[in-house]
Amino acid sequence: MELTVRIGRATLAGLAYLGGLARLGLRAAYYAFVAPFRGKPMRFQRAVHQSMAVGVEALPILSLISFFIGVILALQGAYELRKFGALNYVSSAVAISMTRELGPLITAIVVIGRSGSAFAAEIGTMKVTEEIDALETMALDPVQFLVMPKFLAMALMLPCLTTWADSMGVFGGALFGVAGAGFTFRGYLLSTFDALQLRDITTGLIKSIVFGGTITAVGCYEGFRTGAGPEQVGRSTTSAVVASIFLVIAVDLVFTAMFYVLGRG
Amino acid sequence: MNEQIPPRNAAPGLEPETVISVRDLRVQFGDREVLHGIDLDVGRGETLVILGGSGSGKSTLLRVLVGLQEPSGGHIHIRDVDLCRATPAELAAYRKTLGISFQGGALFNSMTVAENVALPLREHTSLEESTIQIMVRLKLEEVGLAGFEDYFPSQLSGGMRKRAAVARALAMDPEILFFDEPSAGLDPIIAAGIDQLILRLKEAFHMTVIVVTHELASAFLIADRMVLIEKGNIIASGPPAEFQASTHPRVRQFLDRVAEPEIEDELDYLQLLTETLGAGRRPRGSKVR
Ligand SMILES: Nc1ncnc2c1ncn2[C@@H]1O[C@H](COP(=O)(O)OP(=O)(O)OP(=O)(O)O)[C@@H](O)[C@H]1O
Ligand SMILES: [Mg+2]
Repeated sequence: MELTVRIGRATLAGLAYLGGLARLGLRAAYYAFVAPFRGKPMRFQRAVHQSMAVGVEALPILSLISFFIGVILALQGAYELRKFGALNYVSSAVAISMTRELGPLITAIVVIGRSGSAFAAEIGTMKVTEEIDALETMALDPVQFLVMPKFLAMALMLPCLTTWADSMGVFGGALFGVAGAGFTFRGYLLSTFDALQLRDITTGLIKSIVFGGTITAVGCYEGFRTGAGPEQVGRSTTSAVVASIFLVIAVDLVFTAMFYVLGRG
Repeated sequence: MNEQIPPRNAAPGLEPETVISVRDLRVQFGDREVLHGIDLDVGRGETLVILGGSGSGKSTLLRVLVGLQEPSGGHIHIRDVDLCRATPAELAAYRKTLGISFQGGALFNSMTVAENVALPLREHTSLEESTIQIMVRLKLEEVGLAGFEDYFPSQLSGGMRKRAAVARALAMDPEILFFDEPSAGLDPIIAAGIDQLILRLKEAFHMTVIVVTHELASAFLIADRMVLIEKGNIIASGPPAEFQASTHPRVRQFLDRVAEPEIEDELDYLQLLTETLGAGRRPRGSKVR
C-alpha cells in the first residue's frame, strides 16, 4: 500500500512536470509563430544574440569532443572489425553511429552543460532579483521576452551544431582510418558518403531539434521554478542539467524506437 | 495605449475620484495569512504613504496592487477593472499605466541604465529612437543620474540603482506610481531630492502615488494621507496632521520611535556584550520605555 501510494505520487509529480514543460513550450511557440501575425514583435535580435551564445560559442569545445568521439568510435570499431578482416568497414561504422546517434547526443550534452544550465541560472537569477516581476509589471510577458528567443535559437542552432559534430566525428574516424587502417583521406571520405543514407542524417537532425526544445523547456522551467534566495539558483541549475540529460535520453529512446519501427515498413 | 481613461471629476472640491479601491483583502502564503482584511481607497492625484514595521506586509500589499500576487480573498478595483477577474488584456492595459520601483530596484542586470529606462518605451510605444534617447536622458536627469546612461546596474552604488529604478518607473509617464522604500539607503540630500520629485509629479501630472517608506520626515512631507500597517492589519489611517496628533498607542510608538518592550532583554544582553568586549557603549538609537 505504502509503496503504491509513493509510486502514484511520483508518477503524478512527473506528469505535472511534463505538463509544465509542455505548457511553456506551447506558449513560446505561440509567441514565435502566431503572435507575430497579430502585430506583436518577433524579437529577432534577441534570438540572434541567443544563437551566438548557444551555437557559435559552443563550436570549439563541441569540435574537440566530437573529434575525439570519432577517433574512439573508430578504435573501438576496428577492435571488433579486425577479427573479421573487415577493417575497411570502419568508416561506415563511424559515419552511421555518429549521424544517427552520437552526433545529436553529444551535441545535446554539450549544449545542456553550456546553455541549458545558463538558461536556468539566468532566469533563476532574474526571478530572485525581482526582474521577472519587473517585466510583468511593464506588461511584458517573460515567456515572450525571455523564453521564445531561446527556443528559436535552439531550434535553429542544434541541427547546425549536430551537423558540425557529425563532420568532426567523421574527421576523427578519418584520422584513425588514414593512420591505422590504410585508407587515403579522400578514400575514407568517399566510403563514408557511400555508407550514409539521407535518412541517417535526417533522423539525427529531427532528433536534434526535439532535443533543443527539451533542453530549452527544462532550462527555462527550472529557472521559473526558482524559489526565493540566491542559493536556490544553484539548485535550479543542477536540476536543469540532471532533468535535461534524463529527458534527452528518454526522448532519444522514444524517437529511435519510432524510427526503427517506421524504418522496417 | 488605447485603454479608456475615465472622465475626471469636473469641479474641484467634489469627492475625488477613486482610482484604487481595496476591500477585505487577504493574502496567504501557504497556511500563513500575512494580510488580514485590508480596506483601502486611493483617490486620483492622491499621495498615500504606507507605514509599518518590517514584515508587516507592505511590500506584499504593493505586489497585490500591481497584480503580481494573487489575493486569497477580497476585492481590488483599479478604476473600473476588477483586478482579480481581469482578462490578460485588461491587466496589460492597467500595467501600461503604472510605474513601480521595487524595494530591491529590480533593474535588468543584463542591460545598461539607459536600456533599462528605454525598455518600456521601446516595447510599448512607436516613438523614434532619437525621441526615446531624449526621454531617457530627461528621466535620468530627473533623478540625478545624467551621464550614467552606459553603466550597467552592477557598476552603480546601491543608492544609484534605487534612483535608476525610479527613473525606469517614470519612463512611461504613468498615472499611478508605486514606490517601495524609494529612499532607503540614499543619503539625506538625494532622499530629499526624491521627495521633491514626488511632489513635483503630483503637482505637474496629478499622478497618484503610493509610497512605502520608513522615513518619517519624508512621509510627513509628501503624504496626503497615511496608513499604518501592523502585522497585516491597517491600524490607523488619516491625513498627516491627524496622524501627528493621534493618541493611538501603536501610532505613537511608531512615530516616537519607541523600541518594543520585549527588546529590553536583548538590549541588556547587548550591553553586557559590549561591556565585556571593553567598548562600554550602549547600542545607538535605543530608547527603552
Ligand atoms: N513569497 C513569500 N512566501 C512566503 N512568505 C512571504 C513571501 N513574501 C512575503 N512573505 C511574508 O509576508 C510577510 C510580509 O512581508 P513583506 O515583504 O510584505 O513585508 P514588508 O512590510 O515589506 O517588510 P519590510 O519593511 O522589511 O520590507 C513577511 O512575514 C514575510 O515572511
Ligand atoms: Mg518590503
